[in-house]
Amino acid sequence: MSRAPVLEVDGVSLSYSGRLVLDDVSFEIGEGEFTGLIGSNGVGKTTLMRVILGSQRPNSGTVRLGGSSSAPRGSLLGYVPQKVVLDPDVPMRARDLVALGLDGQRFGWGRRTRQQHAAVEQVLHDVGAEGFANSRVGTLSGGELQRVLIAHALVSRPKLLLMDEPLANLDPKSVQEIVSLLHRVSRDHEVAILLSAHEMNALLPAIDRIVYLTAGRAASGTTEEVVRSEVLSKLYGHHVDVLKLHGRVLVVAEPGHERNDIPDHPPLTIS
Amino acid sequence: MHLLFEPGFFTSGPVHTAVLIGSVTALVSAIVGVFTVIRSQSFAGHALTDVATTGGSGAFYFGITPLVGFIGGGVVGAGAMDLVGVQRVRSRDLATGIVLGAATGLAALFLYLDTTTSATTGATQQILFGSIFTLDPSTVPLVAALSALTLFVIALVYRPLLLSSVSTELAGARGINARAVGLIFMVAMAVAVGLSSIAIGSILSTALLIGPAATSLRLTSSLRSSMVLASVLAVATTCVGILLAYDSSYWDPSSQGLPVSFFIVAITFLGYLFSGLPVVRRRVGRRRGDLEGARAVDVGSRPMSEGTA
Repeated sequence: MSRAPVLEVDGVSLSYSGRLVLDDVSFEIGEGEFTGLIGSNGVGKTTLMRVILGSQRPNSGTVRLGGSSSAPRGSLLGYVPQKVVLDPDVPMRARDLVALGLDGQRFGWGRRTRQQHAAVEQVLHDVGAEGFANSRVGTLSGGELQRVLIAHALVSRPKLLLMDEPLANLDPKSVQEIVSLLHRVSRDHEVAILLSAHEMNALLPAIDRIVYLTAGRAASGTTEEVVRSEVLSKLYGHHVDVLKLHGRVLVVAEPGHERNDIPDHPPLTIS
Repeated sequence: MHLLFEPGFFTSGPVHTAVLIGSVTALVSAIVGVFTVIRSQSFAGHALTDVATTGGSGAFYFGITPLVGFIGGGVVGAGAMDLVGVQRVRSRDLATGIVLGAATGLAALFLYLDTTTSATTGATQQILFGSIFTLDPSTVPLVAALSALTLFVIALVYRPLLLSSVSTELAGARGINARAVGLIFMVAMAVAVGLSSIAIGSILSTALLIGPAATSLRLTSSLRSSMVLASVLAVATTCVGILLAYDSSYWDPSSQGLPVSFFIVAITFLGYLFSGLPVVRRRVGRRRGDLEGARAVDVGSRPMSEGTA
């Protein structure tokens, strides 16, 4: 890898009430790289995010951020959680929520400096949220809210942005807009992005690397390196075919092995 | 009869004390109330008034000043609700209901003991519905100190409290301990409820906690303006309530005057109803000038113009 890694996940294993959720997961993310964390629901994507955030301790293995395993993570990490539900009756404007991304964890009433206001305006512009910056956050559409949440996470200039299923529940047009926005953001802000999704096709044109997760085990590399029959068959423990059709990728299990843990589509039967 | 101010209103010592304590406690209730409403903890706030009733009636029985009982009861109740799980959304109502039920049962016992063992027949009335004109001026410093402390604590945790009120997930992502912040807020809420209990009674203190806050949240577009408006409404309501109650003893010379808490709650309720009128909301929406307000106006007017065209 040419660029210095921002995130190094090394041999992370974690079991949860007797079940092995993460099984010796290792991968790296370089500076400014846009990485897709792909896997169907329940394979441990959110758990892996929590381990990287430091809110859950792995049973073994290490997570190093910016070359250190003990540095305070707040300043290096931006995080957009899954399913943020906001109340339309709360009088908080989109720009207020973005500003809390700068200092929401600090004590006190908080008077913001001119530079801080400028930083909020800049990031609102960068994510294309100026048009609804004064609307209440609870009244925003799914795509608008994602932009505001990205701005909230980005305004403190982290080195790594973790996004847990930001594309779920978005219409296809919004998915495309958010993906190309993130692609641009990772380049312009030199921020690495780790985005989890159960659908990889929308991401393929934008991402630099992929971490493919199934049943707690991971394979990582470029899309060409990972999304191949040999690699994924080894990961799943049974044979799967990788079909490339019209620029889309389909992972198909052979009959008898249709499972729910293949991303992108319900199990297919080939007759 | 005079038009507005009956004789002695500005010179009466009890009125001075009442206005002072009423205004200060209303201010605290309004500020804490805004957070109570946006955190959807109105029910928890109401449960705290019941626990405050228990504390107040218990204190009365043991000869302690009710203020100590109101606040002590509320704080213990806040801790109990936290232990039973008020912070998990799913068990929130259950935890609140359990604490509320237990507290009210105890309050029934204490109020019974208060009225049967003491010569004061007005104990129940005083605890539940307040008696602002009989407040001892010596409680003013304590009330002021507790109010200042509560406002200071809210200001101290303002940003983490705000973020965790909007979304516990976003707060957690910034390393904020939402549970700790929530517990601090519950204690602040207990003190606010205890303070307004001495003014308008423990049962009615919910009205001053929720009413001005809910009204101002309907009419403003930012949290800071909500807090300012809620404070103004709460203090004005309390002062007008005191004035009307004072005047009411002149309306019918044979009576002693009507209770302050009735007027305060009535004004609060009418204000909330008024703020919900479509014409008021639409004007505010237009003045707000944001997309959301403009859209609401559009949707409201379109069917009419289409019908006439």
